[in-house]
Amino acid sequence: MVGITSYGVYIPFYRLNRVEVAKSWGGFQLPGEKAVANFDEDTVTMGVEACRACLKGFDNGDIDSLYLASTTFPYAEKQSSALVAGVLDLDQSVATVDISGTLRCGSSAVRIAMDAIKAGSADNALVCASDLRLGLPNGAKELEFGDGAAAFLIGSADVVATIDNMYTVNHEIFDVFRPAQERFVRSWEDRFVREVGYIKVVSEAVRAALQAFDMEPGDFAKVVFGSPNPVYLSGAAKAAGFDPKAQAVDPLWGMIGNTGSAHSLILLCAALDEAKPGDKLLWVNYGDGCDVLTLTVTDEIAKIQKRQIVKRLVDSKAHTTYQKYLRWRDIIATEPPMRPRTEPASAVALYRDRKCGLALYGSKCRNCGTIQYPVQRICMECRTKDDFDYYPFADKQGKIVTFSHDNLAVSPDPPSTLAAVDFEEGGRIMMDITDRDPSQITVGMPLEMTFRKFRRTEGVQVYWWKSRPIR
Amino acid sequence: MESIKDRVAIVGMGCTKFGENWDKSSDDMIIEAVYEACEDATITPQDVQALWIGSYWSNLPAPSQPLATLLKLDYKPITRLENMCATASDALRNAAYAVASGVCDIALAIGVEKLKDSGYSGLPTDDIAMGLVSTAPNTFRSRNFTAPGHFAMMATSYFNKYGLDPEQGRTMLAKIMVKNHHNGTMSPKAHFRREITVEQVLNAPIIAWPLGLLDCCGVSDGAAAAIVVRRDMVKNFRADPVFIKASQIAVGPSEGYMNPKNDWTMVKETYRAGQAAYQEAGVKDPRKEISMAEVHDCFSITEAVIYEDLQFSPRGRCKEDIEAGTFELTGELPVNMDGGLKCFGHPIGASGLRMVYELYKQIQGKAGPRQIENPGLGLAHNLGGTPGGCTISVNIVGP
Repeated sequence: MVGITSYGVYIPFYRLNRVEVAKSWGGFQLPGEKAVANFDEDTVTMGVEACRACLKGFDNGDIDSLYLASTTFPYAEKQSSALVAGVLDLDQSVATVDISGTLRCGSSAVRIAMDAIKAGSADNALVCASDLRLGLPNGAKELEFGDGAAAFLIGSADVVATIDNMYTVNHEIFDVFRPAQERFVRSWEDRFVREVGYIKVVSEAVRAALQAFDMEPGDFAKVVFGSPNPVYLSGAAKAAGFDPKAQAVDPLWGMIGNTGSAHSLILLCAALDEAKPGDKLLWVNYGDGCDVLTLTVTDEIAKIQKRQIVKRLVDSKAHTTYQKYLRWRDIIATEPPMRPRTEPASAVALYRDRKCGLALYGSKCRNCGTIQYPVQRICMECRTKDDFDYYPFADKQGKIVTFSHDNLAVSPDPPSTLAAVDFEEGGRIMMDITDRDPSQITVGMPLEMTFRKFRRTEGVQVYWWKSRPIR
Repeated sequence: MESIKDRVAIVGMGCTKFGENWDKSSDDMIIEAVYEACEDATITPQDVQALWIGSYWSNLPAPSQPLATLLKLDYKPITRLENMCATASDALRNAAYAVASGVCDIALAIGVEKLKDSGYSGLPTDDIAMGLVSTAPNTFRSRNFTAPGHFAMMATSYFNKYGLDPEQGRTMLAKIMVKNHHNGTMSPKAHFRREITVEQVLNAPIIAWPLGLLDCCGVSDGAAAAIVVRRDMVKNFRADPVFIKASQIAVGPSEGYMNPKNDWTMVKETYRAGQAAYQEAGVKDPRKEISMAEVHDCFSITEAVIYEDLQFSPRGRCKEDIEAGTFELTGELPVNMDGGLKCFGHPIGASGLRMVYELYKQIQGKAGPRQIENPGLGLAHNLGGTPGGCTISVNIVGP
């Protein structure tokens, strides 16, 4: 049977309290908080995190397809899935595809992966949805939108949940949309969006799907509705014949917000974290139409459930401020410090450095075994020349040898915390520590690696790695 | 391998006032330092046979032609060089080596830096040092890097290793800065000339924890120059020449950045350059035989660790010597008599020659109110880079 063989999510470390936002504007108050990506994160970095969580314990070499879904890819022309494949060190034969244009892109990507596997053109497809959407300041979308990512490994071996049925409809409507040249999501009147868009389309699609599948609402232990907020969810669930209180998976609206194309995937992961073998799940995802899928949880679920992926990341958090959020998103311009012009990175140098810089490979000397980063052609211990194996650092933990909190370094999240990080099997890298509380940083503190954005010059976004306290 | 000891003499030196020299260009400062040095040696620039000019961040428009144009030199060999903050020390070493080799009788070393045309306080961040700290040059895959951030990491590690809580450690370091400020009040050419207290250092704004504003040296403009000649020629110039006893540079393979064996509580380059210089000068017991030192106090922690790396203090125990006043002007081994980088200022490419300028004046008994008694061997220690990987110059001079 074909289905989900592993899953992972990424929820950023920071939360923004909605009441704080409302207080800044003296406007309408909504309760709860939303997950916000740090200044050094984007759709790609969050997607990488979700994929790495999903692939923990799996061999990246088995993957033959990567489908990356988002409405907020950093480049209109330049494939984000190829970048993610480079970071994950996937084989060059992996088929990479970016899928975009609708909040339904994540579930559509899973459908495409399923079809590819059933057709025999793929065996193990990595599917990831990641989004970092913006609403204009002082608007409901800004309050509701959260940031996050989720990834599924789709295959036929040791499946944790089989995907049994798939149904889809398309539906042309201007309800929620973002013109290609604009940064902020727009929408039509909320009642039109809810009644004629979401509730009508979702409920009709689910009813039609269940009829086609010969199933009933009562068959499902849990149902996942990708929805902008609990009001929409409850309206559609009831109209489709479900009991939202008993059956719907908590949309985490008050904890992480609506995470766009990643949202229903994150909720499905949350459902899988809690599911029992034999449970049937319904997964409904909306956006310019509706995807409806049904799943059956298998005995294999226990091995993934040990990670408690969603709850752990929902609980691992710190709060940022609205001012910082506005700065991180480049919504307000702050006075730049008097500093030299930011030198542009060279695309040529980045190209040469992709294995070392993107996939975080160092070298391990074949003569003396010394591990070092970046790759050293001449071993720093025994001086042997050009006799080394590439050594992966990305999956290793390190600890702080020494650190400082630098107020002089220009950072949207000052102070800049930097450290000498020594790794468990050997090697040292000088790194920033991100997603940290400066008061908690100590010598000896364990750290893990996280892929992040660095400078962006002349359209070229530099990515590399930082360290963070273990989440 | 032969030693340079006593083969080369410094017969003239010049140094501008260091500071925010808004009214002086790098050209103005070069002329000032070179003519002071030439007048001191009773020669003119035309008498010099070869020149080395060091500058790091000033963006001089071309390597060497501007100097010939500026000084109207008569088709002489000129070399522009840089070796990070140890640039001027390396200019002196190159000039001294040329003279020691016998192919040149009179050579001039110049160091100059114009930092304050830039529009910012502090140094540029990481761009220029990118080859050292990123995965590869021109990628800018690098931590967010400033000089204070890196040296602060040495303070964190030193405090942690030797069991100092932040207040104890910062107080120890503050005393070094108070000493250098005191000395700076007696240096007419120094950038900063005011006394400070330990409390002021501890209460200053934090630049990079655990270092505050007053743990950091000045960012200054300035130039310095030295004229070196063969030993057997000194009588033609002056009765009180200063001889080069050792001139060593050690450049490390950046072990602090990559090698877990390096714990950021010492700078191995300083230790190695010091050992090489002591051997060259025939120094067996540095604490006893070195009578004064100008060292690279870019940050308070740097000077503390230098005491240990140069074996002035036992490893991990500089605190005892700091508290005993060992390195004060009237102490057993005065350090940074002219105020050091902290107060005299730090125009990157000029500092190494400024250090030697102070030793030269002390040996000649011309240091005014900061003159130490019976100066013998003087040591100049100049650091370029960060504790994780650097260029260290140690020059020893004496009567």
